[in-house]
Amino acid sequence: MPGSQTELAVETRALVKVFGQNRAVDGVDLEMPCGTVYGLLGPNGAGKTTTIRMLSTLLQPDGGTARVLGYDVVRQADAVRSRMSLTGQFASADEDLTGQENLVMLARLWGFSRMQARSRAEELLHAFHLEDAARRQVKNYSGGMRRRLDIAASIIITPELLFLDEPTAGLDPRSRNQVWSIVRALLAEGTTVLLTTQYLEEADQLCERIAVIDRGRVIAEGTGGELKESVGKGTLLVRLRRPEHRPRAQEILQRVLSDVTLHQLLDPAALSARLNHTERVAEALAALQQAGIAVTEFSLGRPSLDEVFLALTGQPAEEKTTEGEINH
Amino acid sequence: MIETRQTTVPVPQDIQEDLQSALFLSTRPPRPSPLASSMVFGWRALLKIKYVPEQMFDVTIFPVMFTLMFTYLFGGALAGSTSDYLQFLLPGILVQTVVFLTVYTGFGLNTDITKGIFDRVRTLPIWRPSALVGALLGDAMRYTIASIIVIGLGLLLGYRPPGGPAGVLLAVLLMLTFAFSMSWIWTMLGLILRTPNSVMGVSMTILFPLTFASNIFVDPQTMPPWLASFVDVNPITILVTAMRGLINGNAAGSEILLALLVSGGFLAIFAPLTMHFYHHKK
Ligand SMILES: Nc1ncnc2c1ncn2[C@@H]1O[C@H](COP(=O)(O)OP(=O)(O)OP(=O)(O)O)[C@@H](O)[C@H]1O
Ligand SMILES: [Mg+2]
Repeated sequence: MPGSQTELAVETRALVKVFGQNRAVDGVDLEMPCGTVYGLLGPNGAGKTTTIRMLSTLLQPDGGTARVLGYDVVRQADAVRSRMSLTGQFASADEDLTGQENLVMLARLWGFSRMQARSRAEELLHAFHLEDAARRQVKNYSGGMRRRLDIAASIIITPELLFLDEPTAGLDPRSRNQVWSIVRALLAEGTTVLLTTQYLEEADQLCERIAVIDRGRVIAEGTGGELKESVGKGTLLVRLRRPEHRPRAQEILQRVLSDVTLHQLLDPAALSARLNHTERVAEALAALQQAGIAVTEFSLGRPSLDEVFLALTGQPAEEKTTEGEINH
Repeated sequence: MIETRQTTVPVPQDIQEDLQSALFLSTRPPRPSPLASSMVFGWRALLKIKYVPEQMFDVTIFPVMFTLMFTYLFGGALAGSTSDYLQFLLPGILVQTVVFLTVYTGFGLNTDITKGIFDRVRTLPIWRPSALVGALLGDAMRYTIASIIVIGLGLLLGYRPPGGPAGVLLAVLLMLTFAFSMSWIWTMLGLILRTPNSVMGVSMTILFPLTFASNIFVDPQTMPPWLASFVDVNPITILVTAMRGLINGNAAGSEILLALLVSGGFLAIFAPLTMHFYHHKK
């Protein structure tokens, strides 16, 4: 577009929200480009929901500014509302009504006629595989069905920007994959998505860029790859046949690999080493073999976001994904 | 070098296609008018009756209970005979019944807030008061049902409105206006108090003295002067006086005007306050 600067979906400057003594959001600067999926990653209480509620005009900031699609969230709240949609962390459907009635109600509120609202509801129920449950009260829905209904309710009018607050919290892997595919489909249709998550894997899978937030501040920002680079070249994981060999194996790895940080994992026979260069790995394995230490499994991978979090905050992320964290 | 990425379950192609087509919206409807969006919320209130019929308990059982109890408990003592007392009580008991029903507005609003339903509504680009106005319209429906029950029961028990059907109709309309206006007190409480039950508690604490220290049950002339002077300025008394006038066919224009002014006052004070808290809700 001639004359316009780079399009930003979200732009915040020193955004602050204080609850009593608690600085829930404490000077957040974000720049999120249009046409991407952007992740806000942080543990419980980091301020993710509070940030999203300010961006979606539900909460008034106590300091700083926020613009959504170029509009100020306080002074141009109505313009923001007509262009974005929010799927909150907790279900927002009316539990007493059916899924279909919930969607019809919202479609009417967006201005569809009674007939149009019904057909829009049917269309969405079909696309989100909720047809069978369409005429059941939402209170009888499973967690995954509620989530899908909530997301469907957010895209009655395809929004330019969709906020998804922990869209997969508490979902089983299958439902989680459904949500992920919805996010990807939305992106393909040109909707920009800002999602929050505590799941490191999720941010890595879905988001082009990630802001890591902790105690109301952004402590790192970049692509998943960049964040990983910032904590070293990769991770070596070794699992030994006999746990009692671990101290000796640790010594050997420390000596051969020199410049490394070693961690003893919960598994008493496993060790992980954060590497700054990867050339000596083969040598290290050979040294273990020479010392008579049997290795049952090893892998070399880029660092996980889990390790990024550990390195940035000095604490592990509170919630971990149940799968896919050791197999790097 | 081994690098295992977490596996992603492939999404069946048809899901993706359905989604893509559902996402592709060719038209965007115009923004609904304030009336249209309010009516949607009114429709929601009616749907709720279908799913939670228990909530009709208070609009059906309460009125019957109140009317029977007060007529037969106090009738003999207060007016010499129950039929004379009913003739005096009925307009008042109508007000008592409906005014008590108004507190459910705040209760329902607070329930919606605690359940997160209002979060979505507040992010929609609609006329902001529509959710509240719509809920109040739905409530007006409940008040109407309760009124019909009280009046019907009164007629069965031998009550005869001296002003005829027209007087009764006008009185009920005046009362609905009053109830709609007063409900904004409860919507405000519904927004600032934390739980539905505290809304209920506070509302009842306000309503009990307001309805009993009024001219609903007895003529204020029998009360000690200090109480009578409170009763005279009590908004409930003002409403009941105007309604008695209409139902008895001898209403003074000034009484009706005063009742309308009080209603307007409630609306002018509490509707903006409610909207302020609605806007700044955490
Ligand atoms: N309405 C509120 N009143 C008071 N304090 C609040 C309120 N909302 C949030 N907080 C506090 O603000 C901080 C940030 O909360 P927030 O909900 O934004 O975190 P989060 O990152 O979304 O966490 P989670 O992953 O658990 O959802 C927390 O300490 C929380 O207790
Ligand atoms: Mg949250």
